[in-house]
Amino acid sequence: MIKAILIFNNHGKPRLSKFYEHYTEDTEQQIIRETFHLVSKRDENICNFLEGGLLIGGSENKLIYRHYATLYFVFCVDSSESELGILDLIQVFVETLDKCFENVCELDLIFHMDKVHNILAEMVMGGMVLETNMSEIITQAEAHNKMEKSETFIFQCPRQDR
Amino acid sequence: MALKIVKGSIDRMFDKNLQDLVRGIRNHKEDEAKYISTCIDEIKQELKQDNIAVKANAVCKLTYLQMLGYDVSWAAFNIVEVMSSSKFTYKRIGYLAASQCFHEGTDVIMLTTNQIRKDLSSPNQYDTGVALTGLSCFVTPDLARDLANDIMTLMSHTKPYIRKKAVLIMYKVFLKYPESLRPAFPRLKEKLEDPDPGVQSAAVNVICELARRNPKNYLSLAPLFFKLMTSSTNNWVLIKIIKLFGALTPLEPRLGKKLIEPLTNLIHSTSAMSLLYECVNTVIAVLISLSSGMPNHSASIQLCVQKLRILIEDSDQNLKYLGLLAMSKILKTHPKSVQSHKDLILQCLDDKDESIRLRALDLLYGMVSKKNLMEIVKKLMLHVDKAEGTTYRDELLTKIIDICSQSNYQYITNFEWYISILVELTRLEGTRHGHLIASQMLDVAIRVKAIRGFAVAQMATLLDNAHLLTGNTQRNGICEVLYAAAWICGEFSEHLEDPMQTLEAMLRPKVATLPGHIQAVYVQNAAKLFATVLQKHEGETDSQAAQETSQLLIDRLPLFVQSANLEVQERASCILQLVKYIQKLQQKNVEVAEEVTALFAGELNPVAPKAQKKVPIPEGLDLDAWINEPPSESESEDEKPKVVFAKEEPKHYRSRHTEVDEKELARRREVRKQEQANNPFYIKASPSSQKVYDAPGVEHIPVVQIDLSVPLKVPGMPMSDQYLKLEEERRQKEKAERKKKEKKKKREKRGKGRKADSGPESEEDITPAHQVDIVTEEMPENALPSDDDDKDPNDPHKALDIDLDKPLADSEKLPVRTHRPEVLKSPAEDRDSKSVPQETKKKSSKEKKEKKKDKEKDRKRSKEEKKKKKKHKEVEEELLESQPEEAVQSEETKEAAAPPTSTSAEEVTAPSSAAAVDTSSAAAPESEPDEPKDTEPEDTKSSKHKKKKQKKEKEEKEKKKKKRHHHHHHHGDAGGEDSVQNGTVEEEEPLPPMSNYSLLAENSYIKMVYDIQGNHQDESKVVVSVIFENKSDSFLKSMEFNVLDSLNSKLQRPEGAGPHDGLTVPFQLPPGVSNEARFVFSVQSIVMPQKLKGTLTFIVKSDESSTHEKLDFKLHFTCTSYLITTPCYSDAYAKLLESGDLKGSSLRLEGINMPFHHLLARICFHHHFSVVERIDSCASMYSRSIQGHHVCLLVKTSDQTVSIDAKCDEPSLLGNVLDEIKQTFSKC
Repeated sequence: MIKAILIFNNHGKPRLSKFYEHYTEDTEQQIIRETFHLVSKRDENICNFLEGGLLIGGSENKLIYRHYATLYFVFCVDSSESELGILDLIQVFVETLDKCFENVCELDLIFHMDKVHNILAEMVMGGMVLETNMSEIITQAEAHNKMEKSETFIFQCPRQDR
Repeated sequence: MALKIVKGSIDRMFDKNLQDLVRGIRNHKEDEAKYISTCIDEIKQELKQDNIAVKANAVCKLTYLQMLGYDVSWAAFNIVEVMSSSKFTYKRIGYLAASQCFHEGTDVIMLTTNQIRKDLSSPNQYDTGVALTGLSCFVTPDLARDLANDIMTLMSHTKPYIRKKAVLIMYKVFLKYPESLRPAFPRLKEKLEDPDPGVQSAAVNVICELARRNPKNYLSLAPLFFKLMTSSTNNWVLIKIIKLFGALTPLEPRLGKKLIEPLTNLIHSTSAMSLLYECVNTVIAVLISLSSGMPNHSASIQLCVQKLRILIEDSDQNLKYLGLLAMSKILKTHPKSVQSHKDLILQCLDDKDESIRLRALDLLYGMVSKKNLMEIVKKLMLHVDKAEGTTYRDELLTKIIDICSQSNYQYITNFEWYISILVELTRLEGTRHGHLIASQMLDVAIRVKAIRGFAVAQMATLLDNAHLLTGNTQRNGICEVLYAAAWICGEFSEHLEDPMQTLEAMLRPKVATLPGHIQAVYVQNAAKLFATVLQKHEGETDSQAAQETSQLLIDRLPLFVQSANLEVQERASCILQLVKYIQKLQQKNVEVAEEVTALFAGELNPVAPKAQKKVPIPEGLDLDAWINEPPSESESEDEKPKVVFAKEEPKHYRSRHTEVDEKELARRREVRKQEQANNPFYIKASPSSQKVYDAPGVEHIPVVQIDLSVPLKVPGMPMSDQYLKLEEERRQKEKAERKKKEKKKKREKRGKGRKADSGPESEEDITPAHQVDIVTEEMPENALPSDDDDKDPNDPHKALDIDLDKPLADSEKLPVRTHRPEVLKSPAEDRDSKSVPQETKKKSSKEKKEKKKDKEKDRKRSKEEKKKKKKHKEVEEELLESQPEEAVQSEETKEAAAPPTSTSAEEVTAPSSAAAVDTSSAAAPESEPDEPKDTEPEDTKSSKHKKKKQKKEKEEKEKKKKKRHHHHHHHGDAGGEDSVQNGTVEEEEPLPPMSNYSLLAENSYIKMVYDIQGNHQDESKVVVSVIFENKSDSFLKSMEFNVLDSLNSKLQRPEGAGPHDGLTVPFQLPPGVSNEARFVFSVQSIVMPQKLKGTLTFIVKSDESSTHEKLDFKLHFTCTSYLITTPCYSDAYAKLLESGDLKGSSLRLEGINMPFHHLLARICFHHHFSVVERIDSCASMYSRSIQGHHVCLLVKTSDQTVSIDAKCDEPSLLGNVLDEIKQTFSKC
C-alpha cells in the first residue's frame, strides 16, 4: 500500500500532497515538513530509500523518493510494495506528466495541481497501484480532457446547468 | 431564469480561478496569510451563489488551500453540492476536494450515499470512474455497507477501466465492512483470470494485500497464483505474486519446494532488477521456511548470495541498499553463506551513504563468530571515533553491544576484554545510550561470576574518575554508567582491593550533582562498602581504621540527607542513623561487622524479563471478578449499548467507545503516575522515570573545574586492544597444543579429523579465556511455556481474518436497499430464487463430480441471467436520460429486487460451491494428484482440474529445459515422499549435465538444435523449440522455416498462409549469435513416432556479397515428446495399476553402468517421467501423454542389468516409448 504521495520543491513548498490515510491538516503539514527535512539533507548520489519519518507510519513504512531538478517526488509506502517498483512508478508518473504538460516544469505543477491530481488518480487509487502503463494513463487523461472540453462548449451556451 | 444564468456567467469572469489564486499567493510572499484569508472570504461569497460553475471554481481553489494546510472542512456541504453536479468537469472537482478532505468524521458524508450510487451506475464510464476514485479515499463503514453491492456489480462491468477500479476499491470496502469479504470473494477470485491485464493486476493487488495480513486463509489460491506466476509477463503482477508467495511459504513448506524452481528460472532470465530482487527475496523466504525440513538447498542459497553480491557491488546505491537488506534476511538462517562475504560488508561500513552503513551494521550482527568478534568490534570502535553525527554513533554503540551480547554472550571468549570495551565506550560524550552500557555492565557482572573481580576493579577506577564522565553537562546520558559502577562496587565489594578508597570516591561532594536515582544507588552502596570495610578491619587490634570509616560516613552523608530527591534523602538518613549507632558501638569496642554485613547478605539473581508474566494464576483465582461491588448500573449500561442502538449508529458507537477507552486509560495512567511520584513509599521501577537534577542545596558546593583538554582516557585502564593481542597469542598457543594432540588422534581415527583439516580454526575449537558460568535468568515455577504476547489487538486487518473456503450461508449476502419490498419480481426470477437454496442443499450431499456439473450449469444460467439483466438495464438507461430522477428511482428498485435473487443468491452460491470443491482439492496445493479422481481413467469431469495441473507442470518443465545445465532434476515434487527421494538422490554424486536438445541439421553457416514438448493448452499440439546458431562470420537474415506436412502432423501457419508457405523466423543472427524460435505443430495420433522433412532458407550477408542458402532437415517427433511430466502419488498410482485397464510390456537393458539415481534422472529428464516411489534399487515412475494416456514404469536394477516393466492404456505408444528409452541408454 502507498500511504502518501508528496511532491515538494527544493525549499519544501508542497506542490501536491495526497494522503491515503486521514490526517488533520496540521499533521499533514508536519509530515510534509518532516519528510522534506529527511529527504533534502541527503546527497544526490546516495540511495533513494529511507526509513519512514516518525509521523507517518513509523518503522513499517519506507520513503522512496526521486529528485528531479527542483522537485522531490516522495512516495511513502509499506512493506508490500517493491522498492524498485515504486522507483519505476515515480519515473512513469514523471514521464506521464512530461507528456501531458509537454516538458513539464515546476510551474506546471504549481498552476495545475488539479490536473496533476487527475493524472495521479489514473495511476494510484486509494493507495494501490491502478495502472503502470504510461500510454493507458495518457489515454484516460486525454479522454477526460476531451470530456471537459466538450462540456465547456455546452457551457458557453448555458442550458443544462441546473 | 436565463437572466440569472447570464449574470452568473458574467460574475464568473471576474472571479479568481485557481491560477489567479496561485499567482496571487506568489505575489504576496510577505503577507501570504493575510492574502489567503481575504481569498477565503471571497471563496465563501462564491460558495453562496447558485451558479454551480462558480461553486466548482471556489471548491477547486479550496482544494489548493487545503494542500497548503488550511482547514476547509467548513465547506464540506458545498463540496457535496459540486460532487452532485451533472457535469463531469465539476463532478471531478467535487470528488477531488472530497477525497482530499473528507474522512470518517465528516458528517455530510452520509448525504452522499445516493449521489455516489447514482454516479456508480452512470452510463458515462468516466463519471463512474471519478466516483470510484473519490470513494476509495473517503469510504466509511456506512458507505461501504450501503455501496458494497453496487461496487460488486461493477466488478463485472463491460469496460475494463471500470472493472479494474471496482476491483481495487473492494479492498477498501473489505477493510471498512469486513462482512462483505465472503460474499464478494468468489467474484474477486474470478477477476484473477480477467482477460484485461489491468483488471487482473488489480485483482492480484487486492488479494495480495488481503493475504499479506491473513495468509493462511488464502493458501487455497496458491495453485491459481502459481499458474499466474508462470504465465504472466507483467512485471508488476509478478512482483506482487512473488511477494505474496513470500508470505505464504512459511505456512506451507510444500509450496516453497515447488517455487524454488520457477523462481530460480526467473532469477536467471529476467532483466528487470525489481523482479530479480523480489525473486531473490522470496527464494530467501522459501529457504527460511524450508530450513528445517530440507537440509540441502545450498545451490539456491549460493545463487541468491551471488546475485545479492552483484547488487551490493553495483555502483547504484539503491541496489546496494536492497542487496544488503536482503542479505540480512539470509543471514538469519544461513549465516555461513553470508559470512564468506564479510569483506564486502565491512567495505560497506565505509560507504558515504548512512542508510547503507546502517544496513551493513545490521549484517555484521550475524557475521560475528568467536573467532572474529574482537576484530570486528575493534573496527567498529574505530568507526565510533570517526563518526560525525551522534545518531550514527549511537547506532554504532548499540550495535556493538548487540553484537557482543547476542545469544547470551555466545561469542565472547574473554569477558575482561568486553568489560574494557564497555569502559571505553563510556568515553563517548553526549550519547543517549548510557543506560544501555550500564545495563550491560550490570548484566555481565552479575551473570559471569568469574569476571566480578576484574569488573569491580574497573568500576572502582570509573568511580574514582567519575568527574571525567559527568563533565560539566549533567544531562549527559553517560553518567548512567556510574549507576552500574556504584552498584557493582557495592554488591561485590569483597573483590575490592581498597574498599576504603572507593568508599571515599563515592561520597565526594560532587556526587550530589548526579541525577537522583544514581545518588540513591551511591548512598545505598556506600553502606555496603562500609560493611565490607568493617569486616576487613574486624580482626585487627587497632580499631582506628574502622572508626575513621564511620566518621567519614557521618561527615559526608548529611549532604545527601538534604537531597531534594526523596529516595536519596530517605536512604541517606536511614544509613546515617545506622552508622551513628554503629559508631557508638565501636567506641564501646563491640564487634559489629558481622551484623552489619548480614544486612546485605544474600545473592541477587537476575530475573527473566518475562518472568512476571509467566507466573501461573493460582487455581480458584478469578482475575476478572469484581473485588468490590461493580459501580452503579447506569454506568455499565453506557459501556455496553444494546444491539438496537448499535444498529442505528454503529459508527458513532464504535469510534466513541474506543476513544473513551483510550482517554480513560490515559487519564488513569496519568493519575497513577502522579500518585506514585508523590508516594514516598513507592520505589520507582525504572531508574529514568523520575529524574531530579538540580537540588536546591547544591549551589554552595564547590565545583572543581576539570581540564577537559586531557584525553578522556580513564587512567590505569587496560585498553581493549591489548586484549586483542593477548587473545591472539593465547589462541596461537592453544592451537599449537591442539595440533599436537590432533596428530595423535589422527593416527587413531582418520575420519574424525576432517573438521580440523578443513578450516584454520572452527568455532568449537576456541575455548573461552576463563571459565564462564553464565547464570541463567530466573523464572517462576510452573511457568507457562506459551509465548503469544505480541499481537496488536487494534489491527484493522484482524477483522478480515475470515475463512474464505467455507461455503456461503444464506445469511451472508451483501445488503441491498430494501426500502421498497413490494417491487415486482418476474416469475422466473422468483422461481429461481426459491430453487437455488434447495439446490445448494442437495449439492452438499452429492458427489463432487456432480457439483461440478451443477456449477457449470449455474454459471451458464447466471450468465444468461446477466445478459437479460443488461438488456433490462439498457432499456432503463434510455429512460433515465429523459427523466433522470424517476428513472433512477425505478432503476434502484430494480436493483434492489434483482440482486438478492438472481445476482446474489445465484451467482454467489455458484462460485462458492466452486470454492468448496477447490478447498478440498486445493487446500494442499501439491496434493491434488493424490486424489483418486485425477487418476481414474473414466473420469472425464475433472479434466478441467487436470488441465490446470498439467499446464503448470508443463511450464515448469519447459523452464527446466531452458536451463540446460540443470543438475538435479526435481521429480514431480510428490509431496511427502519427495523430501526423502530428493534427500537420497542428492546425497549421492551429482548428475552430469543433460540436455534434451538434439541436433536438427548443420552446415558451415548455421547449426540448428531442437526439442519437442507437448503443448499444455491443447491435447493435439506440440511445440518445437529450435535454437539457431550462426557459425559463420556473416550476418544471417530472412530465415524461413518450412516443413512438409504429413496427414498426421502439420505446422501451424498464420491465418491466410497457404499450406506450403514457410514461417519467417522472427529474428536475424549476427555472427556467432544463437537464438531460439518456437513452432507449433498440430498432431492427430500420438501413438507413433514420426519424421517430417523440412527446409530452412536464409540469406547470408557479408561485407561484399549476400547469398541465398538453404539447409534441409528432418524433424523427429518421438513418442516421448508427447509425454508430459506429471506427478503422481503412490496410492493413486497403486489404484491405477489395480484398475486393470492398462496393458503391460517390458524391456531389459544390459550393461548399464551408471548409478541408479542417474538412470532415474535420465528417464525423468529425457522421457518426461516423474518418480512416484523409490525403494533401494527399484522405482516406480509415472507420466502422461498430452492426450491423457497413463504410462507407468517399474524400474529395477541389479548388476548392470535394468529391467523395466511398463504399463499403459495404449500399447503401441508404450512400445514406442520403451524403444526410445532403450535408445537413450544405448547411446551412453
